Amino acid sequence: MKPAAFEYLSPTHLNDALDLLARHGASAKILAGGQSLVPTLNFRLGRYDFLIDINGVGELAYIRLEEGALRIGAMTRQRAIERSPLVRRHAPLLAEATKSVAHLPIRTRGTIGGSLSHADPAAEYPAVLLALEGELILRNRQALRRVPATEFFVGPLETVLRPDELLVEIAIPAARPQQGFAFEEVSRRRGDFAIIGMAAAVAMDARKIGEARFAACGIASGPVRLRAAEALLIGQVPSPALLVEAGRVASRSVTPQSDLHADAEYRRHLIDVLLQQVAAAAVADAGRERL
Amino acid sequence: MKSAERYVGRSVPRKEDERLLSGAGMFVADIVLPRMLHVAFVRSPVAHGRIKSIDTAQARRAPGVVEVLTGEDIRPFLKPVPGMQNRPPKRWREAVEHDINIPDQPILATGKVRYAGEALAVIAAETRYLAEDAAELIDVDIEPLQPVAGIDEALATTSSRVHDELKSNVVAKLTVRKGDAEAALASAPRKIRHVFYNHRYLAMPIECRGVVAQYEKHVDSMTVWSSTQVVHWVRREIAARLGLPEARVRCIAPDVGGGFGVKGHVYPEDVLISFLARRLGRPVKWTEDRYEHLLNSTHARDDRHDVEVGFDADGRITAIRDRFVKDSGAYTPVGVGAPSNTIAHMLGPYHVPNYEATATIVVTNKTPNAPYRGSGRPEGVFVTERLMDLVARELGLDPVEVRLRNMVPPEKMPYSVGIPYRDGVPVVYDGGDYPGALRKAVDALGGLAQIRERQREAWKQGRYLGLGVGCYVEGTGAGPFEGATVRIDPSGTVFVATGACAQGQGHQTVFAQVAADEWGVTPDNVSVSISDTGTIALGYGTIASRSAVNSSSAIRMASATLRRKVLALAGHILECSAEDLELRDGRVAVKGVPKLSLSLAEIAQAARPGWDGGRPSDMSAGLEVTEYFEPPTVTWAYASHAALVEIDVATGAPRILKYVVVHDAGVLINPRLADGQIIGGVCQGIGGGLLEEVVYDENAQLLTGSLMDYLIPSASEMPPVELVHLETPSPLNELGVKGLGEGGAIAPPVVIANAVCDALRPVGFEVFSTPVHRSKIIRALNGRSGSAS
Amino acid sequence: MSKQHTITVEINGVSGQYQVEARRLLSDFIREDLGLTGTHVGCEHGICGACTILFNGEAARSCIMFAVQADGARIQTIEGLSQSGEIGRLQALFAEKHALQCGFCTPAMLITAYDLLRAHASPSDAEIREGMSAALCRCTGYDGIIKAVTQAAKENAVAAPADAGQPHGSCSGKGRRA
Repeated sequence: MKPAAFEYLSPTHLNDALDLLARHGASAKILAGGQSLVPTLNFRLGRYDFLIDINGVGELAYIRLEEGALRIGAMTRQRAIERSPLVRRHAPLLAEATKSVAHLPIRTRGTIGGSLSHADPAAEYPAVLLALEGELILRNRQALRRVPATEFFVGPLETVLRPDELLVEIAIPAARPQQGFAFEEVSRRRGDFAIIGMAAAVAMDARKIGEARFAACGIASGPVRLRAAEALLIGQVPSPALLVEAGRVASRSVTPQSDLHADAEYRRHLIDVLLQQVAAAAVADAGRERL
Repeated sequence: MKSAERYVGRSVPRKEDERLLSGAGMFVADIVLPRMLHVAFVRSPVAHGRIKSIDTAQARRAPGVVEVLTGEDIRPFLKPVPGMQNRPPKRWREAVEHDINIPDQPILATGKVRYAGEALAVIAAETRYLAEDAAELIDVDIEPLQPVAGIDEALATTSSRVHDELKSNVVAKLTVRKGDAEAALASAPRKIRHVFYNHRYLAMPIECRGVVAQYEKHVDSMTVWSSTQVVHWVRREIAARLGLPEARVRCIAPDVGGGFGVKGHVYPEDVLISFLARRLGRPVKWTEDRYEHLLNSTHARDDRHDVEVGFDADGRITAIRDRFVKDSGAYTPVGVGAPSNTIAHMLGPYHVPNYEATATIVVTNKTPNAPYRGSGRPEGVFVTERLMDLVARELGLDPVEVRLRNMVPPEKMPYSVGIPYRDGVPVVYDGGDYPGALRKAVDALGGLAQIRERQREAWKQGRYLGLGVGCYVEGTGAGPFEGATVRIDPSGTVFVATGACAQGQGHQTVFAQVAADEWGVTPDNVSVSISDTGTIALGYGTIASRSAVNSSSAIRMASATLRRKVLALAGHILECSAEDLELRDGRVAVKGVPKLSLSLAEIAQAARPGWDGGRPSDMSAGLEVTEYFEPPTVTWAYASHAALVEIDVATGAPRILKYVVVHDAGVLINPRLADGQIIGGVCQGIGGGLLEEVVYDENAQLLTGSLMDYLIPSASEMPPVELVHLETPSPLNELGVKGLGEGGAIAPPVVIANAVCDALRPVGFEVFSTPVHRSKIIRALNGRSGSAS
Repeated sequence: MSKQHTITVEINGVSGQYQVEARRLLSDFIREDLGLTGTHVGCEHGICGACTILFNGEAARSCIMFAVQADGARIQTIEGLSQSGEIGRLQALFAEKHALQCGFCTPAMLITAYDLLRAHASPSDAEIREGMSAALCRCTGYDGIIKAVTQAAKENAVAAPADAGQPHGSCSGKGRRA
C-alpha cells in the first residue's frame, strides 16, 4: 500500500496555487488535510500526475466574523473549528458536528475545505452546510463565485468545483438568538462515517416554529435536505405528535441506499428517529444563551 | 526446595513492558539488513479462474526490480505447503470416523487461482514502492470460472470444483457418536430443530504478518524472522521445501504484534521469502500490508449447523444431533482442527446422554480458513447455548434454570463425557463447579430474581432489557509436547529457553516466575528465550491455549533434573550430602548454616569442562538440561459468561450494561496477566458478535477490504467487564494450571444473542445467525419479523 | 530515480535536512530513513492509529501524510517523548494497569493519551473513552488503557502545552518557512 509517484507542488500563496491549478487542471489534485485523499492514494485507487499541497497557503486558514457571517478559510483545521469560541458562539451546529468527525488526530490535519470538496456522502460537514444555508466561495485565476451549499454538491464525491477552481472560504450566517440547532448521528463504531447523520437548524417565532431546516448525510449520493418534514413543521407549535409525524414524513420523502453497513430500510428508520431527536433538541436549544 | 518468596500466583510486573512502552520493541517490520530487498505480490483479481498467461517482461525492466517470479517459475523448485500442518494422531484416527482429502497450498498459484487475493507473482525490488510499481506492470490473463461462493454452491453437484484433482468440494468428513442420538430423538418427549449460522470473521492483530530472510552461503544456513506463533513449524517447512537440514534453518519470531491464531501456521510467504533470499543472495523482506492481510491471511468461523435437540418436560436434554458444514475457503492449512474442536466442545458443561455430530468440510473460492481464538469452540458453543435458551422458551422455564438442570454437578467430577478429544484420548472433565460458576455470574449481575424484576419493570416502560448467559468448557494445554532448556549461566543467571512464542501474553514474565520458584531466585535473575529455534531444538509453539501448561511444566521438569545435579555438585564441593542443601536467594546453602553456601555462578564455574573444574569424576560437565513435557491429554478450563443488555429502541443497538466472566483456569501464574487475556478475548468476542463480519459478494469478491469496512471494536464499544476467578487446580500437571488464552472470545457472540432475544421476548425475536444486526432488531421492534435468520 | 525534495525537519528536538521522494509516506520516512521504529504501521489508511505521532505538538497519523509535508515542522515520536520524560508517568501507569500486551499499538496509545490530556485538562470518562477510541488495540480490550489514562487525568500527569491556543492550528510549518 504505497502510493504511485506524483509530482509535488507546494505553493505558499493563493495566487500561486490558482496558477498551478490553471496550468495542471484535470491532472492535478489539491492536497488539503489529506485524511481521505492519502488513503485512496495508498490503495492506488486514485492517481494524479500532480499534487498541489495547499497546506503552506497560510492565508486560507482563519475564522472571523464579518457582516453577520462567520467566514472560515478552507484550510482551517477541524481541530481549530472544534475549539474556536467564535464557531461555538456563531455556528454552534458546526462546532457540535465537528465532534463527530472521525477522531482528534484526524481532525488535527483534516480541514473544512477538504471535507466539503471531497463530498463524501456520509460526511458530516456537507449536511451541516445545507442546514445552515452556508455559502461556498470558489476561486480560479480569473474569478470568484459564491455557490450556495444547496447547489454545491452534485453526487457522490462530486461537486460543482471545476478543475481550475479552489474552494477558498465557507460563509455561514451567524446564529440568531431565536435559532436552535442540533446534530446527531448513528455510526456502527465511534468515529466512523455516519450510517445516518442529521443536522437541524430551526428558528422559533414565539411558540411556533418559524424556520426549519434539516439535512442528512448517509442517505444516498450526497447530503439531502428534508424539505417535506420542514414544510410540515413550519408555522406549527411543536408537539410530540407533530414530531412523530415529521419523522415519518422525512423517512418517506427519501430513497436511502443499502450498503455493507446498513440496508435501506434501516436507514429509513434512522431518518425517522433522528429527525425527531434533532427537531426536539433544536427546538429546546432555541433561545438558549450561547457561550 | 525452599525460597523466601514464591512468584507463581503473583501479579509481578512484566519484563516486556519497558521496551514496548518506549518504542524499543523489535517487530519484523523493524528489521533492517544490509542490501535488503523488498517484496510485493501480484494477487488474483478474480475468485476462480484458469491462468492463461502472466506477462512479466515489462515488470522485469522496471526501475529497481531485481527479480520477478510466477508460480510456473518456482514450481520446479518449491513444493506446496502441506494442507494438514498438524496431523491428528493415530489414536484420533482410530477413534473418529473420518474421510480426509485436504489439498496442499501452492506457494504461488499455478494453473488456477482459487480465491481473490491469491498470489500469482512475486517481485523483489530495491524498495517496496518500486516493487509495487512493478506489480502494476504485470499483465495477467485469467479465464474466469464460475466461483464457488459458499456452502450451498460447494455442495451442489452441478458446481465447479475448486480443486480439479479432487472428486468434489468436500475435503473432509468427521463423525463422532455417543449413545444413540437417532433413537433418543425418535423417543424424545419434546424436540426442536434449527439451522444456525456462524459468520466469517477474523483475528486482525494490529501488526500484520511479515517475513525477513537472510541466507549465508558460507555455512549454507538460513535465518528467518517471521511474525508467527509457531517458529518450529516454520523452520520445518522451510527446511523441507528448500532441502536444508533443520539445524541450518533458524526461525525467530521477534516481538509479535498480536496473533490470536492467524499467525498459528506456516504460510507460503514464509517459504517463498526464504527461497528468494537464497536465490538472490541478498536479504529479503516482505511486510504484509493491511489490504493483503484482509485478502490473504486466514479468516475464521463460517459454518452452518442443522441441529436437533431432544428433551423432556423438565428441560433435561436427552439427545443432540448436529450436522454441520464448514466453509474452509480455498485451502485449510490447519486441516480439520477447528471442526474437530466444534465437535469436542459442543456438549459443553452439560450431561447429554446421546450425541451425534457430523462435520463436512468444504472448499470454496474464498480466503483460506484457519483457527482463530477459540477455533471451532465459539461456533459449537453458539449452537448449544442458543439451544438452551430455545428449550427454556419452549417449556416456559428460565434459561438459567434449564442450564442448571443439565449441568454436570461437581460431585460427578471427574466426568467422562464419552467422546474422544482431538488427541484421540477420551474426554474427561477434570474438575470444577459448573453450576456454581453460572450462579456466581448471574449473582454478579444482581441475582436472577432481581434481574427478572428489573426486566419486567423495563418492559412496562417500553424498554427492552435482557439477560444473556453462555457457558462453556475448553480443552486447554493440548499436546503433543513443549520443551524447555534450563541452563545455569556462568554469571549465575538462570537461562530458560522454550518453544513457546509470545504475541503479548507476557511469556518472558510468567516463565521467569515459574523458573524463579524452581531456583529460589527472583524473576530478574531469570533470562527467558522464546520464539527462537536457535535456542531450543524441538518445539511446538503457541496455539490452542497451551503454553502456560506445556512450557511451564517443561521448565519445572528440566529444573528438577538440573537441580539434582546442582545440589549433587554443591554437596561435592561443600562436602555434605545433597539432602542437607537448599536453594535460597540464588545460593545453595547447607540447611540451617546459611554461611556455608555457594552461589549459582560458583557452581556453574565448577561444572565447566576442562582445567580446574570442581565436579566429581563421574559427573558430566555443564549445567544444562532439556526436558519435554508431553501432557497425557488436555485439561479442562470452563467459564460462565453473563451480560445485561438493553436495546436502544431508537437505533436497535444492543447496549451491554455489564458483562461478567466467571472463569476457572486452575492456578493462575500471574493473575493480572490472566485478567488481561480474558478481557481481551471478551473484546474480540463482542466484536464478532456485533461488528465484525467478512462480507463477500456473489462472485466471492471480498467487500470488506479495509478497516473502514471490517470494524473491530474501539474503546467506545467496550462495556464494563467484571471478572470472577475460580481456581480448581488441574490434576494433569504439577503446577495445576489450565490454559486461558482463548476462553474470553468463545462466549460473547452467544451471550449477546441470548441477551438480545431475552430482552425482545415481548416481540418474539430469535437469533439464528451472527452477527446480531441492529437492522434485524429494528425490524422486530417495528413488528415486521419475529426472527433473524 | 524520481525527483528528490529537500526538507528540514525537527525530530525529537534535533533539526536536520533530508532528501525525500514526494510520495514517501511520513511513517516510512520516520521508520526507515530516521530509524525510529517505535512508530508502527498497522493499516496505511488512517484507521488503526498505530502510526500516530505529534506533528507540531498535536497527534496526527503519519501513514496518511507525506514526508515532504513535514518540511519546517516539529515532529515528536515515542522515542523522543520517552527520552524527555514527558510521558514518564503515563508509561508507568500503562505498566501498572496492564494497558499493553503485544505492545504494537502502545506507542500510539501513549501519544493519543498525551494529546488528549493536553487538549482536555480534566476529561470526563466519556471523553477519555471517546478520545482513546482514536487508536485500535486488539489485545487488551482497552480496560487497562482506560484505567491508566483515567488515573493520569486524575493526577494531572501530563502538563498542558506551553503554547496552548495556537489560533487555527493551521499551517504545517510551511507558513513559517515562507
